[in-house]
Amino acid sequence: MDGIEEKRRIRLVVNGRTVEREVSTRKHLGDFLREDLRLTGTHLACEHGVCGSCTVIADGVPVRSCLMLAVQAEGMVIRTVEGLAEPDGTLHPIQEAFHEKHGLQCGFCTPGMLTTLAAVIEENPSIDEAGIRDAISGNICRCTGYETIVDAALSAAATMRQGA
Amino acid sequence: MGVRYFGASVRRLEDPKLITGRGTYVDDIAIPGMLHVAFVRSPHAHARIVSIDAEAARGMPGVHAVLTAEDLGEAAAKPMILPVPAPIIKQAKTQYPLARSSVHFVGDTIAVVAAETRAQAEDAAAMVMVDFDPLPASVDLDRALQPGAPLAHEDSPDNLIATLKGGFGDAAGIFAKAPHVFRERLELHRGGCHSMECRGVVVRPDPMGGRFEMWSSTQVPYMVRRYLAEYLGLEENGVRVVAPDVGGGFGPKAVVYAEEYALALAALHLKQPLKWIEDRREHFVATTQQRDQIWEYEVAADADGRMLGFRGTGLHDNGAYIPYGIVLPATGMASFPGPYALDCVDVTIHSIFTNMVPNTPVRGAARPNTCFILERAADLVARNLNMDPAEVRRRSFVKTEQMPYTTGMKARDGSAVAYDSGDYGRCLDMAFEHYGADFRARQAAARAEGRYLGLGIGSYVEDTGLAPFEGATVRVQPDGKIHLQTGAAAQGQGHKTVFAQICADLLGVRIEDVTVEAADTAAFPLGIGTVASRVAVVGGSSVHMAASEVRTKAIKVGAQLLEAAEADMELEAGFVRVAGTDRKIALGDIALKLNGLFGTPMMKGIEPGLAATSYYEARELTFANGSNLCEVEVDIETGAVKILRYVVAHDCGRLINPMLVDGQIRGGVVHGIGNALFERMIYDESGQPLTTNYGEYLLPLATEMPRIEIVHMESPSPRNPLGVKGAGEGGTIPATAAVISAVEDALSPFGVRITKHPISPQDIVEMIDAGRPAEAAE
Amino acid sequence: MKAPPFAYHDPRSVAELKGLLGSLENLRILAGGQSLMPMLNMRYAMPDHVIDINRVDGLSGIEKTADGLRIGAMTRQRAVERDPLTARHAPVFVEALQWVGHVQTRSRGTFGGSLCHLDPSSEQPCVAALYDAVLHVSGPRGDRDVSIHDWVLGYMTPALEPDEALLAVTLKTWDGPHGYGFEEFARRHGDYAIVCAGALLQLDASGKIARAAISLAGVDVMPVRLREAEALLVGRTPDAATLAEAAACAKAIECMSDAQISGDYRRKLAATLTRRALTSAAARAKG
Repeated sequence: MDGIEEKRRIRLVVNGRTVEREVSTRKHLGDFLREDLRLTGTHLACEHGVCGSCTVIADGVPVRSCLMLAVQAEGMVIRTVEGLAEPDGTLHPIQEAFHEKHGLQCGFCTPGMLTTLAAVIEENPSIDEAGIRDAISGNICRCTGYETIVDAALSAAATMRQGA
Repeated sequence: MGVRYFGASVRRLEDPKLITGRGTYVDDIAIPGMLHVAFVRSPHAHARIVSIDAEAARGMPGVHAVLTAEDLGEAAAKPMILPVPAPIIKQAKTQYPLARSSVHFVGDTIAVVAAETRAQAEDAAAMVMVDFDPLPASVDLDRALQPGAPLAHEDSPDNLIATLKGGFGDAAGIFAKAPHVFRERLELHRGGCHSMECRGVVVRPDPMGGRFEMWSSTQVPYMVRRYLAEYLGLEENGVRVVAPDVGGGFGPKAVVYAEEYALALAALHLKQPLKWIEDRREHFVATTQQRDQIWEYEVAADADGRMLGFRGTGLHDNGAYIPYGIVLPATGMASFPGPYALDCVDVTIHSIFTNMVPNTPVRGAARPNTCFILERAADLVARNLNMDPAEVRRRSFVKTEQMPYTTGMKARDGSAVAYDSGDYGRCLDMAFEHYGADFRARQAAARAEGRYLGLGIGSYVEDTGLAPFEGATVRVQPDGKIHLQTGAAAQGQGHKTVFAQICADLLGVRIEDVTVEAADTAAFPLGIGTVASRVAVVGGSSVHMAASEVRTKAIKVGAQLLEAAEADMELEAGFVRVAGTDRKIALGDIALKLNGLFGTPMMKGIEPGLAATSYYEARELTFANGSNLCEVEVDIETGAVKILRYVVAHDCGRLINPMLVDGQIRGGVVHGIGNALFERMIYDESGQPLTTNYGEYLLPLATEMPRIEIVHMESPSPRNPLGVKGAGEGGTIPATAAVISAVEDALSPFGVRITKHPISPQDIVEMIDAGRPAEAAE
Repeated sequence: MKAPPFAYHDPRSVAELKGLLGSLENLRILAGGQSLMPMLNMRYAMPDHVIDINRVDGLSGIEKTADGLRIGAMTRQRAVERDPLTARHAPVFVEALQWVGHVQTRSRGTFGGSLCHLDPSSEQPCVAALYDAVLHVSGPRGDRDVSIHDWVLGYMTPALEPDEALLAVTLKTWDGPHGYGFEEFARRHGDYAIVCAGALLQLDASGKIARAAISLAGVDVMPVRLREAEALLVGRTPDAATLAEAAACAKAIECMSDAQISGDYRRKLAATLTRRALTSAAARAKG
């Protein structure tokens, strides 16, 4: 390559809003969300697909945004941590539960935990502790030891079962 | 005053923005015109730099500058400042912001590349051609002091940084007469920081020149200010350092790094804002690590299994430079004899240069090392005397009636180490009471089925509340809200909530009405930093003092305004009120009055503002303690270790917020489990790191971690106004020891003695196969 | 850790894909991206061209054919895991996928991608070997089928020409009732295996083993079928001693070593996991 940045125009829906941008083809989705859309809630902590901090929900399923090119998100519907709460600010049950159960300390892995758990619990509100631990086994947290995250997820699942 | 928040599991003030993606971490900061930096780093553990050719890189798309030490000239000609000098340091080698003639570890900084995007900066960094002359590397700690060993620094006589000696009692006499003496060799391994947020720096030079602002993911913004100002020859006043939201610290972010120096130098040189965000690969090679040590030790015991004395020699790997001087070996030294009342200690620690990432404290600093050694020693005594390991500990503990207990060791400042309060035996008993008494029966039953259960113990004491001070300003604003400013930075601990709890109780306001501003050198003049489990103790006490002063002033003014006696005043719901009446005045109204009006004289004898600033000076350490119990099952075919239960009995004095303390303990324990079973930073013989990604370096995951069951004992500290002790590291310190102890217990039918950490399943299978009897020599 | 510059192509049809494969050099095919993207971010891979096959028509989906289960190369692991056809015809694959990465990686990662990446410890090539998979490869010079047993040329090297792409894989699934087992040992859940073992057992009317297949990954650069053990099992009753005897055949494998894991340890794991996988398979075969 001659080093000239190749770009493409993409159109996608992010947190309910249609956006259209020109983006470097080599840029991953995480950087696109953070830099081009200034949605800095999505965090990059390893950029090699292990830590889960950058997880977003793409077409309904949790994915690692460092392992997708932004151009691959063309036409997709993306939900980030900023899009978990209702438009009126009402928190998602998993957000409420993290606050209630001390599911976060430094907050850096938190967006990836929240998006992963929101997607998983929305799909299966009957999920048990083993299921939750499995679901977040691809999300590394250095602060909490995971227990309060698991407790928060169980609590949110219970809330969502009642709400369903 | 009714206590409402202190002692309650109050939800955190920090959370609302962090759970909605509205935090501001350093990488979230974008300044117009800002360039992105990538570093050229050494690919060699030790080499001379023959030449650097940056011409091709300078011509790459988007590149604004490539700066080497030579390009920065005199400004970058000195090595970085050694923050903690000590006379016994023989070779005070610190890193250069950018390497000049040689490099000393893989990851050493060589050049700054500034470009319009990070990707372009990385494109160009790869095109900077550095011609190296590789040199032999010091990698083998065991051999590093032997004659002819490769030198970590080519201009050094040897690899010795300093030799520390410490102890008390007549070791020679006691060991000569002791009924039992056991000895062995231990190998302790390093681990990394691995905060989920890597480091990062944004610098904005002042357009007027000679000043700059820096946002850094640091635990020590005031140290960054101090050393950068000194190095750059600027007034401290001209350097503003802010720690924004910081995504975990765990010790290694309490270092003033080459990248902070280099970013400041480059930004002042280029007169442009710069951002550098450490990526995870850099984190593995450029952020400090800790714990590599090799020990040969002896423990003496009486016929009943009471430990009498400890003596030994440790080799401490300090990596390529000494950003923390000899703080680590000195801390490890001062942590003997742990919770045990020994008659003698005789310890020598050699701090040694190697061509690996520099070492500075990682959660627990060297205390986990000393704890691991002492706990291995306790288990060794129990094993050889065929005693219950808990009983060896009980017999050896400092007794509560001995408090305050002077251990015989010296702290880093030369003062005598003296434990303030606690009941170590009771704490261990509480752990067992919670855990249950049927383990040995279950263990026997399981073995009959071919299953191997083990129970391990880890007991510890931790010095917390390190000197010298932290400070706080508490100010009531006219709307009645309280503004609290402090230097103490947080990296996830929840300090803002804790400070607000203390403040809200004293001022009779809701916690939601307290806003806390921290870790900005422009907002509060002086601070030290968040290290050594000190912020709740030292920072919390300063908040207590400042808020108390504001309270006193509010009562005084309120009494005058309400024409009542001060003794009759109470603070509640944002008002100063005459107790038992409805005569009251809002705190905000007092503040408004004290903030002054044009032409209206102030009240006599009252200084302007309903505010106070206080510094709490820590003069004596306060000592937390605890005992951990870990139950494991080992699959002897695969070597898999499953932690079945983990119980912590913990005493950190009065609990300000039990939920947050439990969070600190849980995270800390899991960090220690990582050091016991997962985290291994492998270097090859040439000093190349082999585990530089999260597929190779294993951090603990949710699927492998147990629930951590916690019971609290509260032995208030008599040494600070809150009665608190630090809680940030007490989870980590004993955890590695407890896990290793448990695995060894599970494997006792095979005679396995474990003398290192971490251990892998492969190690376990090999140890079982070796089936060797206990190697301890009497 | 940002990817190097490259030209990006996203063909929509196999024909368009073949055209690109025939005309470009130093290219990498981007499937689910769970291995290639980290390699790009870390600049271990520096291609001039990236051909993204996520939008190529007809590469996803599972169908039952006369030969077995045909799985499109771009079928996500999540889709394989959840497809009723997998559960019905290749239940061991569903079990194996529980060990593959994490929920976020299975939602993007593909079966075809795994078979082209060929991590020696990967579960999916192990399953493919268990079912004597046939890989359907295509390029501008034509289409061809390659047996899984001829697919691995060396360490992470598939028998794929630079101008070829993998389009689909057929697992030769077993008809009739049979038992299955899949065992893995990894340091942590979701890691690549140190060693994993899959086993299939079919019993005849008298309860003796009529057919057996055992496949291991993590012992060599390619998945290894334990033919000797399979032969030993046929005609025998699947009791514990027999299964252990068969599993012991794994001790003869010359296993690879690396900086963290010795060949000797892998060999021990291979025998243990084979025995455990056979035990599950036998229990299920007996129903």
